Amino acid sequence: MAGKTLYDKLWDSHVVRQEEDGTCLLYIDRHLMHEVTSPQAFEGLRLAGRKAWRSSSIVAVPDHNTPTNHWDRDIEDPISKAQVDTLDANIKEFGALVYFPFKHANQGIIHVIAPENGATLPGMTVVCGDSHTATHGAFGALAHGIGTSEVEHVLATQTLVQKKSRAMLIKVEGQLGAGVTAKDVALAIIGKIGTAGGTGYCIEFAGSAIRGLSMEGRMTVCNLAIEAGARAGIIAADDTTVAYLQGRTHAPKGADWDKAVAYWKTLHSDADAKFDAVVEIPAASIEPQITWGTSPEQVLAVGGTVPNPAKEADPVKRASIERALQYMGLQADMKLTDITIDKVFIGSCTNSRIEDMRAAAAVVKGKKVAANVKLALAVPGSGIVKRQAEAEGLDKIFIAAGFEWREPGCSMCLAMNADRLSAGERCASTSNRNFEGRQGPGGRTHLVSPAMAAAAAIAGHFVDIRQA
Amino acid sequence: MKAFTRLNGLVCPLDRTNVDTDAIIPKQFLKSIKRSGFGPFLFDEWRYTNYGEPGMDCTNRPKNPDFVLNQPRYQGAQVLIARDNFGCGSSREHAPWAIEDYGFRVIIAPSFADIFFSNTYKNGLLPIVASAEIVDRLFKECAASEGYKLDVDLEAQTVTTPSGFSFKFDITPHRKHCMLNGLDEIGLTLVHAEEIKAFEAKHKAAQPWLFA
Repeated sequence: MAGKTLYDKLWDSHVVRQEEDGTCLLYIDRHLMHEVTSPQAFEGLRLAGRKAWRSSSIVAVPDHNTPTNHWDRDIEDPISKAQVDTLDANIKEFGALVYFPFKHANQGIIHVIAPENGATLPGMTVVCGDSHTATHGAFGALAHGIGTSEVEHVLATQTLVQKKSRAMLIKVEGQLGAGVTAKDVALAIIGKIGTAGGTGYCIEFAGSAIRGLSMEGRMTVCNLAIEAGARAGIIAADDTTVAYLQGRTHAPKGADWDKAVAYWKTLHSDADAKFDAVVEIPAASIEPQITWGTSPEQVLAVGGTVPNPAKEADPVKRASIERALQYMGLQADMKLTDITIDKVFIGSCTNSRIEDMRAAAAVVKGKKVAANVKLALAVPGSGIVKRQAEAEGLDKIFIAAGFEWREPGCSMCLAMNADRLSAGERCASTSNRNFEGRQGPGGRTHLVSPAMAAAAAIAGHFVDIRQA
Repeated sequence: MKAFTRLNGLVCPLDRTNVDTDAIIPKQFLKSIKRSGFGPFLFDEWRYTNYGEPGMDCTNRPKNPDFVLNQPRYQGAQVLIARDNFGCGSSREHAPWAIEDYGFRVIIAPSFADIFFSNTYKNGLLPIVASAEIVDRLFKECAASEGYKLDVDLEAQTVTTPSGFSFKFDITPHRKHCMLNGLDEIGLTLVHAEEIKAFEAKHKAAQPWLFA
């Protein structure tokens, strides 16, 4: 019998029961929540007269609607405020292990605060009504996004009705080049397998380049698994994981800690495990990446040129390139480094952790944002990240360079609050989606790493960070 | 949930790949705390030429005449056909809510994003995966004949065109049972409450830190 994959181990240890057709009832350890996808679930629970099965599994925070400046003015948009107030009321009624309301010192993006508070642990099943829940797979946890009906299902039963996905292994072996970050690794993977390449799979990221990443970098890679179509991305827990978790608020303590660490060390794919698909990408082949279109798979190395639809034989793909170029206002065959930008956004659950802030600050230190850049935002992922960055003086570096240093939240990644692009504006963004209208109606998004976004802010156009 | 058994419905063709949930229902409408009322805002940025806001009356908003949903021949459509990777991006269930609220009951595409795919079933909306060749044929036939309808039979798991061409589709027995009968999945799961409790006790004994 072949050995087990990490995915097999995580799955098998949470199956409550299995139907004949393979449908399983999967036990859920951690239920993350924000204000956008939970109100209808709580309402459903109330209407049916049901209770929350185990509210101590809940970690919640408002993050999508919250403003990132003028906190003294509270939430000015009444509809946004009503949604945040609804989360407050629901948590008050049903309870939670952790709740950081708006303006709490530790408030931030749900996918940043759960790990930094030790509420995401190896071996867990983690769900949230948010597709970027894949982030938590960085800890060797089975973590994925769910819809609101499933949020209600988990609230009421502590389980999910699931069919097992297939297992894909993506191996990145070798040393990443200078200026190449976790974000570039993830974008290069999406460029290679496509935005539907991981559909129906759980992706395990492995190889020496992945093992060499910090927890922040691993979270960036797993966060973007969903943009490759995979609900979940996972990385085996190792010494880096254990060192990150030790001493965090909700991490195990004392004898439990030793027992937990011993268990976590078993959470890796066996040497003879079989995967349904294997993709290998040499680390040395990965260069700094920029998306040029309106899907994360429309991505190229920084030295490239904008694709020419005339050279595409497949009519469906050709139409998609033409549409993207029209929306993005780009000319075929132009150099990516000739694209000028209007705004810069450093933040989001993909890239708002301390390491991201450090990388961007290192690039802008002692320099000034270019005159054509109307707005450059640095938005830390949480209160904890913000305070750490300020202790290191990063806020002063950003402000001196002409950036705005904001309060934590999802911000301009999806523009549910006031931080957004106007029609036709072009943004160098460290977020995760370059979809039409994502950062504001008519806005044009180019996804890049924090260092590449920072370098673009200074130059006013994209540059190769290796030559910046 | 609304039950789904059989439907003979007008087809609307949305000839795009990677239709994401941000396009299906833009973020400003996610501020609602209700499950209903999203239909008028379905594909808002493609459908109207002005910016949509929650609570707006859409009857007099300027429409984009080129967008397929605005064309007279597709009014009242119940079957949406689209290209690969439909429903990618955000997990927002507001996307299937908007599609269902507009009046669609079936979506046919060569592939769907995983989270969107499971969300549709919870809302009486049937996603059907067909080969790219079949979907292409449906697009061509739909363009060629006004009033093009498809017959979708969930019990038999078949889709039949007006000319009599028919193909089978897959659905798990569990999902089929829930859809045919319009069942509440939570109720079905709670039948196994004792098993869940037993699992939980065992799980807690093995990894007490998960329950700290």
